[in-house]
Amino acid sequence: MPDLLIELFSEEIPARMQARAADDLKRLITDGLVEAGLTYASAGAFSTPRRLTLAVEGLTAGSPTTREERKGPRTDAPEKALEGFLRSTGLSRDQLEARDDKKGQVWFATIEKPGRPAAEIVAKVLDGTIRNFPWPKSMRWGTGALRWVRPLHSILCILSDETGATVVPLTVEGITAGDSTRGHRFMAPDAFTVIGFDDYAARLRRARVMLDPAERREAIRSQADNLAFARGWEIVADDGLLSEVAGLVEWPVPLMGVIEDRFLDLPPEVLQTSMKEHQKFFSARNPKTGRIEGFVTVANIETQDDGATILAGNQRVLAARLSDAAFFWENDLREAKSGMEAWAEGLKSVTFHNKLGSQADRIARIAALSREIAPLVGADPDQAEQAAKLAKLDLRSAMVGEFPELQGIMGRYYALAAGEPEAVADAARDHYSPLGPSDTVPTAPVSVAVALADKIDTLTGFWAIDEKPTGSKDPFALRRAALGVIRLVLGNGVRIEVSGLIAAQLIRNAQVAFGPLGALVAREAARGFGAWLDAKGVKSAVFDEVSVHASSRAEVFDAGFDKYEDREFDDACGAANADHLALVLTEACPDLLAFLHDRLKVHLRDQGIRHDIIDAVLAQPGNDDLVQVVNRATALNDMLATEDGKNLTQGLKRASNILSQAEEKDGVEYSFGADVKFAETDEERALFAALDTAEPAIRKAMAAEDFPAAMAAIAGLCAPIDAFFDAVQVNSDNQILRRNRLNLLSRIRDAGRQIADFGRIQD
Amino acid sequence: MTSPNRPRSFQEIILRLQTYWAGQGCAVLQPYDMEVGAGTFHPATTLRALGGKSWAAAYVQPSRRPTDGRYGDNPNRLQHYYQYQVIIKPSPENLQELYLGSLRAIGLDPMIHDVRFVEDDWESPTLGAWGLGWEVWCDGMEVSQFTYFQQVGGHDCKPVSGELTYGLERLAMYVLGAEHVMDMPFNDPDAAIPLSYGDIFRQTEQEYSRWNFDQADTDTLFQHFKDAEAECARIIAAADTDSAGRRIPMAHPAYDQCIKASHIFNLLDARGVISVTERQAYIGRVRALAKSCADLFLTTDAAGATA
Repeated sequence: MPDLLIELFSEEIPARMQARAADDLKRLITDGLVEAGLTYASAGAFSTPRRLTLAVEGLTAGSPTTREERKGPRTDAPEKALEGFLRSTGLSRDQLEARDDKKGQVWFATIEKPGRPAAEIVAKVLDGTIRNFPWPKSMRWGTGALRWVRPLHSILCILSDETGATVVPLTVEGITAGDSTRGHRFMAPDAFTVIGFDDYAARLRRARVMLDPAERREAIRSQADNLAFARGWEIVADDGLLSEVAGLVEWPVPLMGVIEDRFLDLPPEVLQTSMKEHQKFFSARNPKTGRIEGFVTVANIETQDDGATILAGNQRVLAARLSDAAFFWENDLREAKSGMEAWAEGLKSVTFHNKLGSQADRIARIAALSREIAPLVGADPDQAEQAAKLAKLDLRSAMVGEFPELQGIMGRYYALAAGEPEAVADAARDHYSPLGPSDTVPTAPVSVAVALADKIDTLTGFWAIDEKPTGSKDPFALRRAALGVIRLVLGNGVRIEVSGLIAAQLIRNAQVAFGPLGALVAREAARGFGAWLDAKGVKSAVFDEVSVHASSRAEVFDAGFDKYEDREFDDACGAANADHLALVLTEACPDLLAFLHDRLKVHLRDQGIRHDIIDAVLAQPGNDDLVQVVNRATALNDMLATEDGKNLTQGLKRASNILSQAEEKDGVEYSFGADVKFAETDEERALFAALDTAEPAIRKAMAAEDFPAAMAAIAGLCAPIDAFFDAVQVNSDNQILRRNRLNLLSRIRDAGRQIADFGRIQD
Repeated sequence: MTSPNRPRSFQEIILRLQTYWAGQGCAVLQPYDMEVGAGTFHPATTLRALGGKSWAAAYVQPSRRPTDGRYGDNPNRLQHYYQYQVIIKPSPENLQELYLGSLRAIGLDPMIHDVRFVEDDWESPTLGAWGLGWEVWCDGMEVSQFTYFQQVGGHDCKPVSGELTYGLERLAMYVLGAEHVMDMPFNDPDAAIPLSYGDIFRQTEQEYSRWNFDQADTDTLFQHFKDAEAECARIIAAADTDSAGRRIPMAHPAYDQCIKASHIFNLLDARGVISVTERQAYIGRVRALAKSCADLFLTTDAAGATA
């Protein structure tokens, strides 16, 4: 059983691609070997900046010989058919065998594929793997046609067993495989030969290359920790940085440096970000002061001066970087202390989206909505509005210009410097959250108000201009924004009529999005939204106020419009256009609500609630209040997990089916007047009694939003309904009895409808 | 860094690079006589990277980036600075080793420094060019850009050129231990008349910063841009043969106009008169010029065309 060792030695592979490339190498080679008929015991792949390595142990020495039998034409078939068969099998006539078949004599061919030695298979599989390697980006070099991530210099490919190692004969675009490799670029650049994986790994280590990235990571982590510990510091953990740095070195040599005193007053996030992004340094924190006071840089070489020159150089570069950061910080603080007017002014000339106005326009919309949301989430309206006005001003600061990832974090510092209260400053930091499914959800009321307003404005803006996500395309991260709304609402138990807020903010966005016609479109759309909200039974004070305001804005516009009527504008045409645009825009409201509901389904499905159950709840009135929707769905989900719950669904569906068939046939709706005096059987009377008990209990529980109690009450109907259907024939020949029973079924249907649309529950 | 091998001045670093690359067989060219944003714009790189003929050149290229002007105050930023550029086609097998040799030549010994090749893909939207390679880090500082050209002017590079670009001021400041670019010795500090970088360039940085940011007449510049664009198009549209019937396509004169347009765009950008949306459109216009110059160059002898 030979072992296989492959090493592809190249110029420096980007750190971010190494792990994936090692996995791909392992998958492609082992899949290819198995497909060709070999088996192996185990395989492991490794990467360094300059090499991808694969070790396969216990490979079979060759593939087995295989036989395949193939049925051909009848022996009396035309000559042409036989010729075709011979061609396709590669055999001659005397190698065929005539056998009796159901319909006479038929030619049979036995094709034997001789096994191949492992070396031959490896050569073919490796050649194909190199030529078709799935690099995210690859290149050509020199005069060659081969593509690799960077120039490929050598291929090591050997099969070894007890008797020694043999090179697999293989040449790819002029690179011939051999049994040698090289060590560290500077410390051990000479070539050496190897006879197997253990020998390879050991020789590499002597040549100052740590082959296994996991070992390099661990070496960096532990040495950095030790260096920090010696000073009484601790390393700020950063797994992403650790993996990246481990991909930049073959022989990690962590070196610790001290940050000059003059930079220690910079916010820790600034120090950390600057050191990480520009220098790939780890930050070291002094637990006594809570400040970042040192760094660890990871060199790729051991030097005679123990890294003194390298550390001095890094320290110099860091000082230059931090001087820039300190310069930005001081200038920004000066601007913050003077009220950030210049930044607010500057955002007027920064386009948010060419149809949705400037960042300043957007901030004004968010501020208005934040103020309106504030009372709904227990925040002070003035603070919420102020926080929204300040939250994005740091986008104009020099620091965020240099480090965009510090947006919000700097906003908080600058708001505090401007003398704003903590709640306002915190909102500047937190209003972008939650950014993903695992990001924390803000809980402070002012932050919640601004975070919600920020996301609702984003959604309504892009819905207003019909830039919705399609398939995998979601350039404005609208799915994330919708999930943000959902998580903010659910995480804080916020009870808001979300349609009212959507409609209100759509109006505000329409005023910008439709240029000169914006005021007219907004007024017309507001009418459409109003009708839709009425039909849903949603009352929203926020919407009403925004809607009234939209009308008065449109009147002002009309007045100006009349003045120019004869000159530049065509009144009728403008108005007709506005009507049309408004009609289209009106659809955006239900559409966006449906989008939120879709995202809610995905969110709840991840938490184990079935999508049909959510559908059954969403089909009911009150689907605007997401907190209630989730509570109902959860209670329903729990009930349906029980045997009673499943039977109840069956009973409700049966009742509903019989009813709708009868209603269709008779052309009437059975909804009222079931009377116990027409009941014939005990089961019928028992159902009347059960409904008399259950109905008020369900109503009461629903009104109190005690959904588990409502579920318990309706579950009490399960046995009486089952018994009723077992004992009673609904469609009696006696029309009075039939009508009474149908009306009784309608009481069942109504009881169910109070809770959910059970028709949507799947069996 | 106290090795006896250490250079003493900015110009000594340049001289050593010139000597080193001449020793590696490069034709040592002189700077291109036009305003460009980077050494890549020199036709010795942009145009010569195209076509099948072998090529090896090295040169200093004064480069101008109007938006980087800081009136000579910033220790690292200049609106006029020098790049050292090496271009070899086809890229030799040992280009990384040759490059490391050049660092040794200017006193950076990779045995006591930490030299690393860190992923950095290069793309020039104005030239319709891209390549893969690295920034080279020395002790945590970027000292060079190392690129294998894949496309120029929308054409695949076959064979591939290897391009090295050294930011000379930054590299020299590191080697010479200068904290501020203006303090760096330009000639030998022991010369009879020692001159610092600031003695030579502080005033010009101030003058150009003022002109770039406040004074350059934007109407004139917009007109110059249009003129360069039109002239470029006209040269390219001209017949290949002259009045005497000789086939002389004018790829280089056309490309000069493209360089002009590119630099004027940079000036307009520094004046802050180009909006975000217009920016893309202007870049597209320059790219269109670069592309047609590349198309034309490929029909010429220098590109190995056999017409």
